[in-house]
Amino acid sequence: MAFFSALGEKLNHIFSKLVNRGKLTELEIKSAMREIRVALLEADVNFLVAKDFISRVSEKAVGETIIESLTPGQQVIKLVNDELINLMGGQNEKLVVAPNPPTIILMCGLQGAGKTTFCGKLAFMLKKQGKKPLLVGCDIYRPAAIEQLKLVAKKADVPCFEKGNQKPVLTVKQAVEYAKKFAFDTIIVDTAGRLHINEQLMQELQEIKSAVSPHEILLTVDSMTGQDAVEVAKSFDDNLGITGVLLTKLDGDTRGGAALSIKAVTGKPIKFCGVGEKIGDIEPFYPDRMASRILGMGDVLTLIEKAQSAVDEKQLKAMEERIRKNTFTLEDFLVQFEQLGKMGNLADLIAMIPGVGAKIKASDIDEKQISKFKAIIQSMTTKERQNPDLIKASQRKRIASGSGTTIQDVNVLLKQYNMSKDMMKNMNNPKLARMLGGRKF
Amino acid sequence: MGVFSRIFNGLHKTKKSLEQKFDGVFENVKITDDFYEEIECILLSSDLGSKTTEKIIQELKDKVRKEKLKYTIDCKKALKEIMINILENNLEKNSFPVVFLVVGVNGVGKTTTIGKLAKQYTNLNKKVIIAAADTFRAAASEQLNVWAERAKVQIVKSSTGADPASVVFDAINSFKAKKADVLIIDTAGRLHNKKGLMLELEKISKIVKREIPEADYKKIIVLDATTGQNALEQVKSFDEAVGLSGIIITKLDGTAKGGVVFAIANEYNLPIMKIGVGESVDDLLDFNAKEFVDSIL
Repeated sequence: MAFFSALGEKLNHIFSKLVNRGKLTELEIKSAMREIRVALLEADVNFLVAKDFISRVSEKAVGETIIESLTPGQQVIKLVNDELINLMGGQNEKLVVAPNPPTIILMCGLQGAGKTTFCGKLAFMLKKQGKKPLLVGCDIYRPAAIEQLKLVAKKADVPCFEKGNQKPVLTVKQAVEYAKKFAFDTIIVDTAGRLHINEQLMQELQEIKSAVSPHEILLTVDSMTGQDAVEVAKSFDDNLGITGVLLTKLDGDTRGGAALSIKAVTGKPIKFCGVGEKIGDIEPFYPDRMASRILGMGDVLTLIEKAQSAVDEKQLKAMEERIRKNTFTLEDFLVQFEQLGKMGNLADLIAMIPGVGAKIKASDIDEKQISKFKAIIQSMTTKERQNPDLIKASQRKRIASGSGTTIQDVNVLLKQYNMSKDMMKNMNNPKLARMLGGRKF
Repeated sequence: MGVFSRIFNGLHKTKKSLEQKFDGVFENVKITDDFYEEIECILLSSDLGSKTTEKIIQELKDKVRKEKLKYTIDCKKALKEIMINILENNLEKNSFPVVFLVVGVNGVGKTTTIGKLAKQYTNLNKKVIIAAADTFRAAASEQLNVWAERAKVQIVKSSTGADPASVVFDAINSFKAKKADVLIIDTAGRLHNKKGLMLELEKISKIVKREIPEADYKKIIVLDATTGQNALEQVKSFDEAVGLSGIIITKLDGTAKGGVVFAIANEYNLPIMKIGVGESVDDLLDFNAKEFVDSIL
């Protein structure tokens, strides 16, 4: 996920001037802050929010502690980081669950923000968590919107309740009855995209709200939104009292400043983000992690969590054992590739690795290369996989033709494998393990 | 709601006060630094971005100095001229037969825009064919089908998951056989940083060029007016992929001003063809630089 990385790169550039500099003068802080302001504005942070942000950080930075501190550059980074976290709002917030089911979730937002797609993702996620969600189609305006929701529901393997072009408020009421009757515990109501200044359509949402008192009213916002994001969020909040925000299309290269401003203006938490076109591409929003990502520190925690949910624990244990004994084979290598595939977009994952995000552009990563590698290993015999030393020139030729690749490709793979093996060896080195934050491999 | 909502309300006031100034209530107010700051606020809040805003204000200051302007009313006129100048470019009329390849990121309003565009050409008695090459998004072709019915035009489509290039190929054949005037190709919304999807678009574009070289070929990017500075990246990537010929800005009926097009106009010589101002079939208007600038100032 290249989320915020452009802003991160920019701030990195600014801070590289600050770091390792000893003491800072007021003037230097001022000029750094000017650049931060430009970076924030180019990232679409609302200009008033940016202004306030700068004045808050400057105030703290110019204070004595920073000037007299031994590493003022680091202090400034910490201050900017803290303020960014502050701006995006404390801890990650979970979905509200009604004490008496069904929990009713009402979706709202502008046209094209990604409501319908997100309905499917939410339903899919809840289902995976063992819930029994029901999707409700209330977009009676956009052509084929309900059709789209039905298809999305099918993908999530969740039923879709719809009454064609019937008045939405009526449909929602019936859906609640239906949910009670058939023991659905969560209702997700998809509504038509509407402009925040369209009074008539806003009233429609208010009617739904007063009819069924939703537990969550989630505003779906396109993460590429510019300055207008605050206007939109404020308007929906004033009219409906939203309970949270969903941020979509974060798999793009937008710097995502809208995320910062919306929270600042409405005070409502960003609960989830959409990070791809697949039904499973939904993630909780972690303000603290996002802040460090903005600062170019990568997002180690998200990376680790992603890996954990995708990797089979048993396989991991077995591999760990082999790494320890230094018997890492090509079969393990294959398992690694397969798990990489399960974790989702490789480019996203790489962007999360600290220090790498700025160096490798998402477009540089070739997913096809991975499938090529997989094909090569799959064309080897079991013996060869366990003992790669057996692979000589004639074997390489056979493997290449078996996998539809070239001998060079096979050589590249074997080289990569040897490099990985060496790296694994180092993992057993206690010094390195400490550097990795004491995480066991 | 915290401190920010107060600041935010302040924004409206700033805007209002400046509007009053501009509307001639304070015709005799002299130009001050505060005045420039207020202009900066307006431009930033309209998504012009910090670089373009700075550039415009610098140009304005130069002009004020050169023409010895003293009052805000003259300043407004000068500012408008500068801004109109950036956006004005000669939109060449297309000849027939014409092929429109409509591209853009997800959710900007491509399908809706195509529906409206088709209607406009049928109103001009042109024979229009629509190609539903968004075979990815659920129910995309169903949505386009409704628009095709509204505009009473033929639509060439395939099932979800089909190869979009093959839909385009079929549409071109049908276009040639029926001797139609306008072919509009709807493509799946794609984020511009997805390499594979951009390559797919390149492939589609190549097919158009190869199969129907005699047609006037326009590659249009649809931009959502609410989009911020990311629109620049969008234009850059799509331009690299297919070589854009123009822009359509949608959703200008909201409160967003779409000011990022000033930055785009500065960097790319792309005309704005149309603007979308609503959901009904007639809500696609010709672009007018003066009106566009008026809506910001």
